Amino acid sequence: MNGFPALEVEKRRTVPRWLQFIAPIISLVLALVAIGIIFQALGIDPLFAYEEIFNGAFGSSYGFSETVVKSIPLMLTGIGLTLAFRARFWNIGAEGQLLIGATCATGLALAFPDWPRWLIMPLMFIIGFIGGALWGIIPALLKARWRVDEVITSLMLVYIASNLVNYLVYGPWKGPEEMGFPYTSKFSEAAQLPRLSWTRIHYPTLIIGIVIAVVIYLLLTRTKWGYEIRVTGENPSAARYAGMSYLKTLLLVMIISGGLAGLAGVGEVAGIHFRLRYPEGISPGYGFTAIIVAWLARLNPIGAVLTSLLLGGLLVGGDAIQISLGLPGATIFVFNGTILLFVLGGDLFARYRIRVKSKTEG
Amino acid sequence: MQFILSALRAAIPAGTPLLFGTLGEVYTERSGVLNLGIEGMMIMGSVTAFGVAHTTGNVWLAILLAALAGGLLALLHAFASITLKVNQVVSGLAITMLGLGVSGMMGKRYIGQPLDAGFTAVDIPLLSDIPIFGPLLFQFDPLVYLAILLVPLLWFVLYRTRWGLSLRSVGESPATADALGVNVVAVRYGAVFFGGLLAGVGGAYLSVVYAPAWIEGMTAGAGWIVIALTIFAMWDPLRALLGAYLFGGVRVLQYRLQPLGISPNLLAMLPFIFTILVLVASAGEAMRRRIGAPAALMQPYTREER
Repeated sequence: MNGFPALEVEKRRTVPRWLQFIAPIISLVLALVAIGIIFQALGIDPLFAYEEIFNGAFGSSYGFSETVVKSIPLMLTGIGLTLAFRARFWNIGAEGQLLIGATCATGLALAFPDWPRWLIMPLMFIIGFIGGALWGIIPALLKARWRVDEVITSLMLVYIASNLVNYLVYGPWKGPEEMGFPYTSKFSEAAQLPRLSWTRIHYPTLIIGIVIAVVIYLLLTRTKWGYEIRVTGENPSAARYAGMSYLKTLLLVMIISGGLAGLAGVGEVAGIHFRLRYPEGISPGYGFTAIIVAWLARLNPIGAVLTSLLLGGLLVGGDAIQISLGLPGATIFVFNGTILLFVLGGDLFARYRIRVKSKTEG
Repeated sequence: MQFILSALRAAIPAGTPLLFGTLGEVYTERSGVLNLGIEGMMIMGSVTAFGVAHTTGNVWLAILLAALAGGLLALLHAFASITLKVNQVVSGLAITMLGLGVSGMMGKRYIGQPLDAGFTAVDIPLLSDIPIFGPLLFQFDPLVYLAILLVPLLWFVLYRTRWGLSLRSVGESPATADALGVNVVAVRYGAVFFGGLLAGVGGAYLSVVYAPAWIEGMTAGAGWIVIALTIFAMWDPLRALLGAYLFGGVRVLQYRLQPLGISPNLLAMLPFIFTILVLVASAGEAMRRRIGAPAALMQPYTREER
């Protein structure tokens, strides 16, 4: 057979440790080179663009604080996705789960403006978690009961959630004093998260995120449950044979994954905007960027804390070049898509080696 | 009667981009490759077609280059999923993001620009002269007819020719196909590329014919509905026609119901709710009739040592 194209991929017997660590970094560097080439092709000086991105995200204390601000929702959502992806459940709908979490918390904050902080704040996080979890288990139920493909259902639920938020902020929840903007009224002081000094870093959410990362990491590595998730993902029939319930595992995974995305949504409305706004105003696609956070972290929840900082920086830097170079909002997707492709490829180079096949073989 | 006819008249063009996309994805998945990058390929088609039509005024050239743009992006997915054997879900997702991003950057200068070029409706001789029905059902732009013609053609190729047999065998059992001398890799590359070409045409239809303008992210989920329609169609080109026009009808309904005072935001949920319902129904039907996805879908092929 003449190989087309003449490349053959074969599995390494063992993966060297250094390679596991270095592969994502090399992939990232290569992705940045590829993005540079795309920029050049579209008539944008890539070196200037990268300088602007780096300065925007890490070059000033304000820039860095904004990087942390954007890493909070990415971290929470990304941690949840590491779980889902470990179970091979392709939850592409975290964006919708985030929006529903934000919506539920907003409903509570608007309904009880007189409640004190110690009461309203925890309840907002709890109801946000529940909302995100409920939105997240719909595709899990459909998959476990009728084998309906979760990629499509979870994604369709993003569009539905986004339209729901639009309906609320343009309709019944529209704040009368918001000068016609599609915003709800501002939350009471009690329903606003405290921030770190002059920054927009709503530190309670940040702390929640880091604690959850450690807890999930321990759950995954130290308990039987973490093992069950992996087996369910890699071999559902073996899992069933071993007495594990597919439905139960999936539901639990999606309650946590959806719930964490919901928490991220609560952080955005209670820590940044103090109100519900149109969906793009709440999240510039955090739920989608979190997919890369999880993947770049090689599905390690603690790793996701670090990679969320990196992608948060990219979002801030992306905003900076949008302004200075007059680029459209979609530019960030070029980064997301290319990085994801290269990380995927890098994973492969760590696990496999590639050799060029000569025509005489095979 | 008039209402039903005019709704039908509107549903066909609304479903045409979905039909192109679905026909392509049916072929792609029949070869055993899942392409979730359709949304990205469609939108690259949209921006390419609008750009070419806007600068040259030649709509056929616009459609051709849009197809190539979709096909090129599809080759990237083919390389990742067939040669490198990476996870097809993630690869497709990455390619959708890439397409959305690059199209946004390419299209910035076309925002708010009018398009002078376009297709003129083609009257089907005799049939278009039938009173009431004629003008309603037999006066479409040429791409509508092209999509309709592709349906029986692709069905025939899939089920009645050697090519189709190779394609189906590669998707069901690549090892057997390989043993029978079918070049698995070549067939899969071809099927993915073909799917990308049609996705590009579907995207082009949106920006040049259906709503002649460039709007960032204008495919608005159409590529994902295509993936769902492929399942609804049970990987059969004939059923793809039914599904695409059905969804075209839902889209039309969304606008026809607006004057009744229902919030446009709630109506905008319709196609997506409908997609989920259709998937659940298809899953039930597939279980009853024991029809499933191509057996080797999402499975990379590695030839065993002999």
